[in-house]
Amino acid sequence: MIHVKQLKKSYGEKQVLAIDALEIPSGQSFGLVGNNGAGKTTLFSALLDLIRLNQGTITNQEMDVSSSETWKQFTTAFLDETFLIGYLTPEEYFYFIGDLRGVSHSDVDAFVGQFEDFFHREVLKQKKYLRDLSKGNQKKAGIVGALIGSPSVIVLDEPFANLDPSTQIRLKELLREWSQQKGVTLLISSHDLQHVTEVCERIVVLDKGEVVNDIKTQTQTLKDLEAFFTQKSQEG
Amino acid sequence: MLAQFLSLQWKSFTRSASFSTHLSIKILIGFLLLYFAATFAFLGALAYHIIQDELARDPLETVNQFMIYGCFYWVVMRYFIQKTPVFNITPLLVHPISKNKIVHFAMGKTLSSGFNWLGLFFMIPFSIVLVVEGHNWVGVLSWFVGIMAFVMSTNYFNLLINNNQKAGAIALSVLALLGGLHYVHIFDITAYSGPVFQALYQYPIAALVPIALWVFLYKAAFADYKKEMYIDGGLALQQAEAKTQEFTWLNQFGKTAVFLKNDLRLILRNKRSKSTALMSFLFLFYGLFFFTGSVEMYNSPMWSIFAGIFISGGFLFSFGQFVPSWDSAYYPLLMTQNTSYREYLNSKWLLIVVATLISWLLSTPYIYFGWDVFFLILAATVYNVGVNSYLVLWGGAYIKMPIDLTSNKKAFGDKQAFNIKTLLLTIPKLVLPVLIYFLGSLHSEQLGIALVALTGVMGLAFKNHVFSIIERIYVAQKHKTLWAYKQK
Repeated sequence: MIHVKQLKKSYGEKQVLAIDALEIPSGQSFGLVGNNGAGKTTLFSALLDLIRLNQGTITNQEMDVSSSETWKQFTTAFLDETFLIGYLTPEEYFYFIGDLRGVSHSDVDAFVGQFEDFFHREVLKQKKYLRDLSKGNQKKAGIVGALIGSPSVIVLDEPFANLDPSTQIRLKELLREWSQQKGVTLLISSHDLQHVTEVCERIVVLDKGEVVNDIKTQTQTLKDLEAFFTQKSQEG
Repeated sequence: MLAQFLSLQWKSFTRSASFSTHLSIKILIGFLLLYFAATFAFLGALAYHIIQDELARDPLETVNQFMIYGCFYWVVMRYFIQKTPVFNITPLLVHPISKNKIVHFAMGKTLSSGFNWLGLFFMIPFSIVLVVEGHNWVGVLSWFVGIMAFVMSTNYFNLLINNNQKAGAIALSVLALLGGLHYVHIFDITAYSGPVFQALYQYPIAALVPIALWVFLYKAAFADYKKEMYIDGGLALQQAEAKTQEFTWLNQFGKTAVFLKNDLRLILRNKRSKSTALMSFLFLFYGLFFFTGSVEMYNSPMWSIFAGIFISGGFLFSFGQFVPSWDSAYYPLLMTQNTSYREYLNSKWLLIVVATLISWLLSTPYIYFGWDVFFLILAATVYNVGVNSYLVLWGGAYIKMPIDLTSNKKAFGDKQAFNIKTLLLTIPKLVLPVLIYFLGSLHSEQLGIALVALTGVMGLAFKNHVFSIIERIYVAQKHKTLWAYKQK
């Protein structure tokens, strides 16, 4: 259970995030949508205690993320390339994460091996450092890295961006499987309304840092979201 | 068009995130250049009479004799210090600007380098003295023009060879070889090169030769650069083939090993950290200034402890003080992992300590200067391990300067390599041991050395306590550090 209370974050005069209350129950697959600057990445960064809040708290399984560090044991994230260590090979990177999360090298090998078709044979055993992989392949490595160690909370920022169509489809299946089978809380953000409605049970729309819509995904959700953003584009 | 290029250049200079440190370094370099310019001008004005009166030789011939070394030296210096024209070229390629213009501008930019103009400060006064002393002014003029053309040629020669990893080493070895052969009287190149430079004075028409060389090298470098104007050519980033390195022998260090392995890979696989680690070896030789008595003012025991700290602390100072900046590129990853600062810091600390001990082992030949020097360096090493290793980690928490590991910039004169804060943080690391030594030496030198070592041992004893303090500082600084690392 993730619980956001009275959250406020601003840079100077400009308020970038203001959420009175938001609860994400354990096991939910949670989607965050919104235009650029809506505060999606800021919310995820705050949840991971990467930025300091001006006001309010975020708790992850009853622990205040800004004072406790225990939440790190069951939470993983891939927000952007700053979560990759460029001078490592993908294998070394996975081992590194495995070491930190108590997964042996052979278990990491077995775990990562099942993603071979997701990687499209372009990530493992390439004799390349992560910094030399293409953006899409870097993203694949980062996402798989965030799944190591059976985390119960997974945070992915824009997981579909930069991926080729086949991989997007594969990733959708993967995330659906993952969130259902293991009962993990999955938090993703996306600009692709279709993907997010297909993967997430619940979708929250952020606009200028505020929650403007909180929907339980149904068949007409995609149309509703499209209508909302069409209206936004006409306003803007 | 030129105006637009210049304005781009100006913006890239003033808008870089590190502009303020950049500027202070520019000012520092400016002062250095001024100092060199003044020295050169002084030398130029006095050289004539010094050579004539002291050595009783013909000044012009003597200068010409050694000119070949000057040229080689210039090539080597340029290779290692002068930056190649970095100019953000890719976005310009698709615009209606001819490639020739882009290349001409990028190459023309190198003319502004101080290396091209420093020579003038020697050449102008020396030439004036030559004319005043009755040399033929036409000859002097053509000599002057010819030599400057040689200097310019080295500029474009440098551009040609700069992309070649081995060229610098080759040029350096040629210089060393020629100098060595000359020194032991086996082969004296100056006997052949001297008359060549002398000819510039005797036959004014000869000045056309270096000018032709200059034009030729410019054209060659131009063709070379133009050919490489493709994003899969010279503008592409070099990719090295990756090897997986396991370092299983480190596993005995438990969780610390996880970070230690990464730190080793960090040092081995990134230009920036590799050159820093190599540079730290140079510190080993620092003691030679002190113990050989070659610099008079260093001939006091107070300065010797200063030297001792540097001899074993090369890695500690050059690498250690940029912890945690070395990990700036992926700091958010580390901050969301299931780990504590203590493990992270412990790995860095261990790395610094091991490097310090290796430096100490390598420094043992200093025993040549006596047992007291040996014990002095030993005491300083203990102090480095027991006190300075904490101080650098402590100071690192405040530095917050993102490091671009892959940057091709040379470690020398790199705007990020120094800043005022890091210099200030160095003071307690150096002044404190000197002070402790001084207090002890009021009684005897031995006591001074013993006190320095004792302080180090005490520091080791309090390791856990000190680490808790440092850890708290790192935690308190976490968000600021994350923010700072985002500002590239």
